[in-house]
Amino acid sequence: MAAVLQKFLKDSGLYVFTTRDFMSRVRGGHNFTLIRFGAEQVLSHSDILDGIIAFDEDSLVLHSKSLKPDGFILCDSQWKDKDQRIIPLDLLGIAKELGNARTIGSIATGVILKLFDLEPVHIEDTLRKYIKKQYLEENRNALLRGYGLVGKRYSLPAGEPGERIIISGNQALAFGAIAGGIRFYSAYPMSPSTTILEYLSSKATEADIVVEQAEDEIAAINMAIGAAFAGAPAMTGTSGGGFCLKVEALGLSGMAEIPLVVADIQRPGPATGLPTRTEQSDLKFVISASHGEFPRLVIALRSHRDAFYQTARAFYLARKYQIPVIILSDQYLADSYASIEPYELDGVQPAQELEAVVEEGTYLRYRITEDGISPLLVPGKTKNFVTSDSDEHDERGWITESAEVRNQMMEKRLRKLIKLKEELQEPEFVGEDTYETLFLGWGSTYGPITEAVNRLNRETSGKYAALLFGDIYPLPEKLLKEKAPRAKRIINIEQNATGQLAELIREKTGIVCDDSLLKYDGRQMSSDEIISYTRKGVKL
Amino acid sequence: MSNFSTHQTAWCPGCGNFQILDSLKTALEELGKDPYEVLMVAGIGQAAKLPQYISANFFCGLHGRSLPAAVAAKMANEKLTVIVDTGDGDSYGEGGNHFIHNIRRNVDITHFVHDNQIYGLTKGQASPTSMEGMVTDVQVNGNANTPLNPVLLAIACGAGFVARAFSGRKEHLVSVMKEAIEYKGYAIVDILQPCVSFNKLNTFAYYNQRVYELGEGYDPYNKIAAMEKSMEFGEKIPIGILYKEDKADYHQKNPVLKAGVPLIDIERSPDVLKNIMQDFF
Repeated sequence: MAAVLQKFLKDSGLYVFTTRDFMSRVRGGHNFTLIRFGAEQVLSHSDILDGIIAFDEDSLVLHSKSLKPDGFILCDSQWKDKDQRIIPLDLLGIAKELGNARTIGSIATGVILKLFDLEPVHIEDTLRKYIKKQYLEENRNALLRGYGLVGKRYSLPAGEPGERIIISGNQALAFGAIAGGIRFYSAYPMSPSTTILEYLSSKATEADIVVEQAEDEIAAINMAIGAAFAGAPAMTGTSGGGFCLKVEALGLSGMAEIPLVVADIQRPGPATGLPTRTEQSDLKFVISASHGEFPRLVIALRSHRDAFYQTARAFYLARKYQIPVIILSDQYLADSYASIEPYELDGVQPAQELEAVVEEGTYLRYRITEDGISPLLVPGKTKNFVTSDSDEHDERGWITESAEVRNQMMEKRLRKLIKLKEELQEPEFVGEDTYETLFLGWGSTYGPITEAVNRLNRETSGKYAALLFGDIYPLPEKLLKEKAPRAKRIINIEQNATGQLAELIREKTGIVCDDSLLKYDGRQMSSDEIISYTRKGVKL
Repeated sequence: MSNFSTHQTAWCPGCGNFQILDSLKTALEELGKDPYEVLMVAGIGQAAKLPQYISANFFCGLHGRSLPAAVAAKMANEKLTVIVDTGDGDSYGEGGNHFIHNIRRNVDITHFVHDNQIYGLTKGQASPTSMEGMVTDVQVNGNANTPLNPVLLAIACGAGFVARAFSGRKEHLVSVMKEAIEYKGYAIVDILQPCVSFNKLNTFAYYNQRVYELGEGYDPYNKIAAMEKSMEFGEKIPIGILYKEDKADYHQKNPVLKAGVPLIDIERSPDVLKNIMQDFF
């Protein structure tokens, strides 16, 4: 029902943001979807509800305390005495009358559209996207029936016209991988990364990708490395627990200088943690994962736009520097949907062959170069031998124990960081140019923090700004060093228990945060929580 | 000097690895393979150094992880002749899970296991195929574990080409290697190989007394008979192709690869991105 409703809302010209909250089980438990929509871009969810659609008593009881005093509850009339705000409708009776109790969702969709005075457009086209053919007719009837059950109640400002897409974080990441030139994806199913595996499988034939479900995470990453060695841009995806298993091979990608993209869709840890919930606690882990020292890039995804563009960029940079690039997302972003402007496809630069002009017989896979980047050829495509080794090796790729060669090779690999650091993207700055309070955040808290800054500046006399990191390791320091000294108070806002970004910033720059707003209960913080904390100094 | 020759090795004098290396070069020569289209893959161990000693492309990855890298390289470019050449610890110990599941995957690669029934590079501990009772610095009271039977396991998992060979019988080894490389699908050859430094039980003399070649009368297409033959490992040890079955390989079953164009050569339609974005409107 949520998918259908969010599509209707988007097609009405409104912006939509939808998050899913579900339990780690196949059926049952209390699962719900939060839909937020409006005439302006919606960046995150809200904990304060205008309306509840409840199909069971639990939903009614659990969420009514978050409902505004003038909010509404749409539910079956059997519970009409539970709350004064209920709009009692015989939903179940009507659904049964229509021949299928499961059309109750479509009836509710019709009711919601009418309450908000929205015309249901392209009904058939929309329903066809989500509902099986044999149930189309009854759902169409249910929707129209629902539309006729109530009167208009709210009038929203007209939405901005314009065609938008609606996409989930993991879909955007996977689509970005395709734009980046992915040819090989291997993974072992693990929430909340599995929808990447599913999505790429569904596009394998259309986009010519080999998608392989591996026997374990170790196989998945070693496969991706093998495919990349043979010339296919490759990615492996997982969540924190699976990333733990991939760690040795991450070092192989660094040592053998094989381009690789690894997506870590974070969930609360340690160990199995809270499998279906959200957290940002893998930062310090992935920046130092694997023994030994080698260059890597870590990019945190902040939004549905980032998920596409930054994943494509990850492929380009992995190939350019022949390094592992780690994408950090999380359950909140992965499973949430947002309506956004369509991606500009022409500007995306995919992973590409770099000029490697090599005369026959003189090829050195690990040639010592000034920028540390050696010529990378594809085995079988050249009359040269392409050789890789996880042992320390000489320029030919042969095992060596020479102290001199070891030093040369270590320095060559680390030299790649010099050029890489020059093309790091600085964090996004939001808020007032002159500010007293500066928030620091990274990844998916981008939405809640941006909204909080905008609202605080509008609703209070204080002045607020934020720096929101996407590229996070190596840490881009320029803007941070410029902005931090101008704040009276610096607060890091993170979805973890120890303030990992704050620690990284202190380690790299000496800048110390004055306060921390940290959340680690598996539920994404909202702008409401940030505002409440900022104004009252207390957590919600 | 062979097309496939390269530099000095790090092996002990008298090691069975030399015979395997020599046989592999001969097999590749006799099959007329272009060294530039051969990819040797290994993990870590003394046997796993072999790719360094042969003129071909090579990928020496992590201990136990040669199979995932090898099958994926083949998926990326089926024109490569992909040969995994590594030891029993790499293949059956650290890499045991990949061994089982890559049999099921049936990618067209060849897997040569130098089975010396001991860990060489780490200086003489029991391997998954060590005999019961073998005394080592770790197994001080004798190896208590039942040895793994790799050929029986491979047949049970559904492998389409399973063979056993002995490094001391070069001519036979070369012929088995050639058939394994030519087989369309995953082919495993467990090569019995004495370790002169650490394995004092399974010596050249031990194998010379026991091995016998499977004769003309043996039918490798009979699975039950092959399983029975695989269990013969004592006074007599059969060598040769134990089991063979013609079956569809990974590429034939994969919708992207079945047309026969290497993945890295497939031209992606320029409209793909535009078409995919349409799904999200």
